[in-house]
Amino acid sequence: MDTAALEARFAARIDADERIEPKDWMPDAYRRALIRQMSQHAHSEIVGMLPEGNWITRAPTLKRKAILMAKVQDEGGHGAYLYGATETLGVTRAALIDELLAGSAKYSSIFNYPTPTWADVGAIGWLVDGAAIMNQIPLCRCSYGPYARAMVRICKEESFHQRQGYDIMLSLARGTLAQRRMAQGALDRWWWPALMMFGPPDAESKHSAQSMRWKVKRFTNDELRERFIEFTVPQAEFLGLEIPRGTIDWSEFHEVLNGNGPCNRERLTARRHAHEQGRWVREAALAYAEKQRSRQREAV
Amino acid sequence: MSAAGGSSSHFAWVLRLADTNLVLAQRLGELIGHAPALEEDLGLANTALDLLGQARLLLTHAGQLEGKGRDEDALAFLREESEFLNATLVEQPNGDFGDTIVRQLLFDAWQVPLYERLTLSRDPGLAAIAAKGVKEARYHLRYSAGWVVRLGDGTAESRERVQGSLERLWPFTAELLQADDIDREMHAAGIGADLAAVRGDWERQVAATLAEATLERPRDRPWRWYGKRGEHGEHLGRLLAQMQVLQRTHPGASW
Repeated sequence: MDTAALEARFAARIDADERIEPKDWMPDAYRRALIRQMSQHAHSEIVGMLPEGNWITRAPTLKRKAILMAKVQDEGGHGAYLYGATETLGVTRAALIDELLAGSAKYSSIFNYPTPTWADVGAIGWLVDGAAIMNQIPLCRCSYGPYARAMVRICKEESFHQRQGYDIMLSLARGTLAQRRMAQGALDRWWWPALMMFGPPDAESKHSAQSMRWKVKRFTNDELRERFIEFTVPQAEFLGLEIPRGTIDWSEFHEVLNGNGPCNRERLTARRHAHEQGRWVREAALAYAEKQRSRQREAV
Repeated sequence: MSAAGGSSSHFAWVLRLADTNLVLAQRLGELIGHAPALEEDLGLANTALDLLGQARLLLTHAGQLEGKGRDEDALAFLREESEFLNATLVEQPNGDFGDTIVRQLLFDAWQVPLYERLTLSRDPGLAAIAAKGVKEARYHLRYSAGWVVRLGDGTAESRERVQGSLERLWPFTAELLQADDIDREMHAAGIGADLAAVRGDWERQVAATLAEATLERPRDRPWRWYGKRGEHGEHLGRLLAQMQVLQRTHPGASW
């Protein structure tokens, strides 16, 4: 079959809402777009462990500590299955991680903001995981099978994360004056970055139209952003917190995306440090596995 | 010896177990997101979560034995350093991955035989916690022993590093294995375990793992640490300052 015929059959399968599986023929551009999106998603989960991980040792109760540890562990797990799903497209996790550490791969800008107070952990769960769910639920129906299936599992856990974040905010909002201030401060810090998570306005989004045609993406950035606002404003009212006034500062979005956000350097440095400090451990594991294999060969 | 109104030795002995779990969970919690590989982030978090879960049950139980209305959070966040009765081993800093995993092996190889015996404790609350915990502890031991073997029998660098970890951490194991008055009293009452028997199992497990890892057993040292009596080194104070900061800064707030 020539390329034109393969492309026509691929397009027909997409139109018929069929799932594309790893062994199926797919256009290179579709493969590349998926590798880009899925690996960015995996990197976001891994870097996303850091801002909340910042509070594991200082969580205010043992129950909150246990929930936070489990949540950060879930994010690591999401990263592991997303890397696994991306590997079905013919890349390796090691190569993807090298791109992240080299600074050439992107991850969600939201994780370049700091978590100075305990309320930031609540705001991340409530707003950041809330926005992530809005983005990710449509991905459960995305045209690429392994991504869609990974997202089904991830979305279940994300909705638990969103609820625990809101529950932290609720305790703070019903707490002392200092706690209420902490909650409002976190909402002020996270509101705009959370709205930016849906990506640039539709008119400026370079990947959206093609992603919609491929049914990787099902709704536009602005549609999802509006839905998130409608959903979140009454929740803020229930907490007695004020949504910041104003409009999104897109120049901030572009600065953070280009590496000039408040914590871009810290986040990548932390990942690089862990990777470098772990090198001898990974080398030892490989050397041991190799010794075991040669011992088995000798035994045969 | 009813649930509310255990002896002060009984309370202290359960606190020793609770605090040892809590402090180790706190140490492991520092590492989540910073491990040598993603699988190790997940594995260390898993151990930390199990230990924290056990610590919460043990602290709640200790609070009931004490009968003064202190819950798990009052005990975790509002006691001072000298009131913490954790073994000195677990407050040692994470160091490199070799230090972390050797500390874990030396602890896990103690916790498994201890919990096996505590499943028969005359304190039914403690027996139930041990019955749940022993399954988790066996899993942790497989993880830590597996890594000590890979590091010991891995590269020349990893062997040297992990032998160094073993030398550094070995002196802290003595208090886990040698009974003092409270340990003896609790064993005699059928609540605690015979630490001499725990020691036998510990020695066999550690010797087997070190042999497979091609590592040498360090010499025993004369100095004795007694974290379990509230006599700590220099590390616990900082660990607690960090852990307790919100409760100390906002007295009486609920979270």
